[in-house]
Amino acid sequence: MVKKASTSRIDNKIWVFFTSVKLTVVVLLLLAATSIIGTFIPQNASPAFYFQKYGEVFYRLFDTFHIFDMYNSWWFLLLLGLLVVNLVVCSIDRLGTTWKIIFPKQVVFRIERFRKLKNRESFVSSKQGSELKEAYRGFLEKKFAAPVEQETEKGFALFAEKGRWTRLGVYIVHLSIILLLAGAVLGNVLGFKGFVKIPEGESVSRVETKSGGHIDLGFTLRCNAFDVSFYDTGQPDEYKSSVTILKDGTEVLTTDIIVNDPLRYQGISFYQSNYGTAAAGEVEVVITSRETGMAYNRTMSAGKTIDLPEAGGQFTLEGFVPGFDFRGHNLGEAFVGKITVKEDKTIQVVMPLKFPTFDKMRKGAFSFVVNDFTKKYYTGLQVTKDPGVWYVYTGFIFMIIGCWITFFMSHQSLFIEVEDLDNGSQVIVAGSAHRNSQSMKIKTAGIAERIKEI
Amino acid sequence: MNSSMLLSIATFVYALASVLYIGSWTFKKEMMAKVGWVVLVAGLVANTAGILLRWVESYQMGYGHAPFSNMYESLVFFSWTVAVLYLFVEYKYKDKIIGVFATPLIFLAIAYASLSPNIGDKITPLIPALKSNWLIAHVITCFLGYAGFAVAFGFSIMYLVRPENPDTASLRSRLPSLGLVDELTHQMVMFGFLFLTIGIITGAVWANSAWGTYWSWDPKETWSLITWFIYAILLHLRMMRGWHGKRIAWVSILGFMAVLFTYFGVNLLPGLHSYA
Ligand code: HEM
Repeated sequence: MVKKASTSRIDNKIWVFFTSVKLTVVVLLLLAATSIIGTFIPQNASPAFYFQKYGEVFYRLFDTFHIFDMYNSWWFLLLLGLLVVNLVVCSIDRLGTTWKIIFPKQVVFRIERFRKLKNRESFVSSKQGSELKEAYRGFLEKKFAAPVEQETEKGFALFAEKGRWTRLGVYIVHLSIILLLAGAVLGNVLGFKGFVKIPEGESVSRVETKSGGHIDLGFTLRCNAFDVSFYDTGQPDEYKSSVTILKDGTEVLTTDIIVNDPLRYQGISFYQSNYGTAAAGEVEVVITSRETGMAYNRTMSAGKTIDLPEAGGQFTLEGFVPGFDFRGHNLGEAFVGKITVKEDKTIQVVMPLKFPTFDKMRKGAFSFVVNDFTKKYYTGLQVTKDPGVWYVYTGFIFMIIGCWITFFMSHQSLFIEVEDLDNGSQVIVAGSAHRNSQSMKIKTAGIAERIKEI
Repeated sequence: MNSSMLLSIATFVYALASVLYIGSWTFKKEMMAKVGWVVLVAGLVANTAGILLRWVESYQMGYGHAPFSNMYESLVFFSWTVAVLYLFVEYKYKDKIIGVFATPLIFLAIAYASLSPNIGDKITPLIPALKSNWLIAHVITCFLGYAGFAVAFGFSIMYLVRPENPDTASLRSRLPSLGLVDELTHQMVMFGFLFLTIGIITGAVWANSAWGTYWSWDPKETWSLITWFIYAILLHLRMMRGWHGKRIAWVSILGFMAVLFTYFGVNLLPGLHSYA
C-alpha cells in the first residue's frame, strides 16, 4: 500500500492524475448518478412516444444529450473509459510496490515494530523459556505458519506470518472489471442480436438484427411445433418450441427450446421469446342449407376448395384473419372464404369466431360457421451471438474470487516474545494484519488463550 | 399449523426479541439482552420452519418451487438472512448492545410482509421465466447482500447516535466504542458487497441463459448496479485519508437507501423483474 502518488516512475502530471483514487470516487459517483436517469426515462422507445410524453422542448433537450439511449451514449461510454484508464494506471503504479512486499528478497523481522503493537495479550507462564520454545514453535507451525526465531536480551522471540499473496486480491478484482468491459466490447463488435418469427412447419436461414441488418446463419432452422401449456389458474406454465437444424438439406439436430433453456449451435443461441397465432391448420366448417335446413360438416384447411352440397356451387376457405374489420368494427379472429356459384360470380363469406351467427345474417343459400379448428402458431426466438461472453464470465469468476480474498483474507503476522522470570516466564503475544484488524485481534486473543495451556 | 401461522408467530417472537434488546440498553440490564438472544434464536427457528413448510406446501399444491418468488416470500427470507447474520456477528464479537439497532430491522421486514395489505401471501405458480435453478442462487445471494447492508445500516445509525465523548451517563454513551462500531460497519459492508456482487453476477448469468443477454439495463438491474457503485465508492473512500467513522456511516446509510429503492421503489418503474 503506497499512499504517495509521487512515487510513480513516469513522473508526469497526466499519469499522476490517473493514479488518484479521488478520480475513481468521482467517476463512480458520476456513473451512479447518471445511471438513475435511464431508470426513470424509458430507453429506446419511439420518437413519437417521447414527443408525446415530454413535449417538444424536453424532447429536443433529451435527444441532444442522448438520454433516450443513454447507456450507449458517448458520454456514458467515456465515463466507463475513464474508469478503465484510472484502473489500469493505478494498478500499474502500485503493483511494483505490492510485488516487492509480496516477494521480498528477504523477510525482515523487526522486533521493535511488534513490541509497539496495540493488539497484544500477555500472561505469565510457570514454565521456563527453554521448555516453551519448542512447544510454541510446534504450535505455530501447526496452527499458523512456520516461525522464525530470534534471541533477545532476556529470552527469545518467535515470528510467523502468512498470506502475503492475499495482497494481490485487489488486483484480481480490478483485473476482473477490465475483463468484463473487454468482453462487453467484444460482444458488441463481433456479435449480434436479432429476432425471428417462424411459423410451425416453416424454416429460416437468415435473421434480422436489432440494428436493422441481416445475418445469414449458415444453416437452416425449422420450427416443427410450438406448444404452450397453462396452470389451472390460467397462468402460463411453459412455452416450448420443437426445432430442427438443417445443413445442406439434411437434418443435423432436433431439440426443444424452452424459456431458460436455449439452443446453442455454432456460437449462435436461440432463446424462446414470444409466440402468436400464425394461421389455422385443420378447420371444421358447418354448412347449413337454408332451403332444406340440413347441416353438413366439412373439414378442410386454408386454400382448399370443396363442392357445396345440394349442387350449390363451390366453397373456398381463403384463410385466417387475426382481426377482421367489418365497417370499422373489429370482429376479432375470423376465417374468410368465398362461394363460387358460377365462373364469374363469387360471394364473400366471413366467419368470426366470436359471432357464430354472423354469416347467417347474409341470408345466402348456405350459412357458414367455424365449429372447431387447430391453431398454427409461430414461435418468436431471440437470436444472439456473443463471442465476448466468456471474457465476461471469466471476469465474473475473478471478481468473486478477488473480493473473497480481499475481504476475508489478509497478510497476517504473529509475534510471540518470551522473557525469563525468576520462576517462570512472561509471554507476550501480538498480532497484526494488513486489513481486518478486528478479526486479527480476536484471533490473537484466541491464540494467546490456547498457548496459555501449554 | 400452516406456514402463514408459523411466520406470524415468528413475527411476534422477533418483536419480543427487539423489545428485549432495546430494553437491555435502556434499563442497563445485560440479562435482558441474554434473554433477547435466546428469543431471537427461537424466532429464527419459527422463521426457518415457516419457510421450509411453505416450500413443502408449494409442492403439495402441485407448483413445486422454492419460496423465493414474490414480495411476501422475499421479505420473509430477508428477515431470515438478517437474523442469521446478526446472530453470527454477535456470537463472533461477543457484544450484545450492537443488537439495539439491528434486531428491529428483522422484525420490521417480516411484519411488513405479514401486515401490509398490498402484499399477498398466496402461493402462486412460477411464470416460465422464473423457472430456473439460478432463481434460488440469485435470490439467496442478493438477500445475503441486502442483509449485510441492512446490518451495516443499523451499525451506522448507532455510530451517529453515540456521542464522541462518552463521559455523560446518558443512554447514548452506553453504546459500544466508536472504533468497534466503525469496524463492524466495514465488515458488514464487505460482506454485503461480496454477496451483492455474486447476486448481480448470478442474475446476469441467468438472464443470459433465459434471454440471451447478460445485461439489459432494466431498472432493477440498473438500480442494483447503482447500489453496487455506492458501496464501491464507500470502500475506496475508506482508503482516502479522513474517511472514517461519521462520514462512512453516512455513505453506508445512503447505500442502504439505494438498497431499499432497488428492493421496493423499482417496482413502480417498468421492467422485467416482477418482484424483488
Ligand atoms: C467498479 C470499479 C471498482 C471496483 C468494484 C473496485 C473494487 C475494489 C475493492 C473491492 C477494493 C478493496 C477495498 C478494501 O480494501 O476494502 C478496492 C481497492 C482499491 N481500488 Fe478499486 N475498484 C474499482 C475501481 C477502481 C479504480 C478505477 C481504481 C483506480 C485508481 C481503484 C483503485 C483502488 C485502490 C488503489 C485500492 C486499494 C488497494 C490497496 O488496498 O492496496 N479501484 N477496489
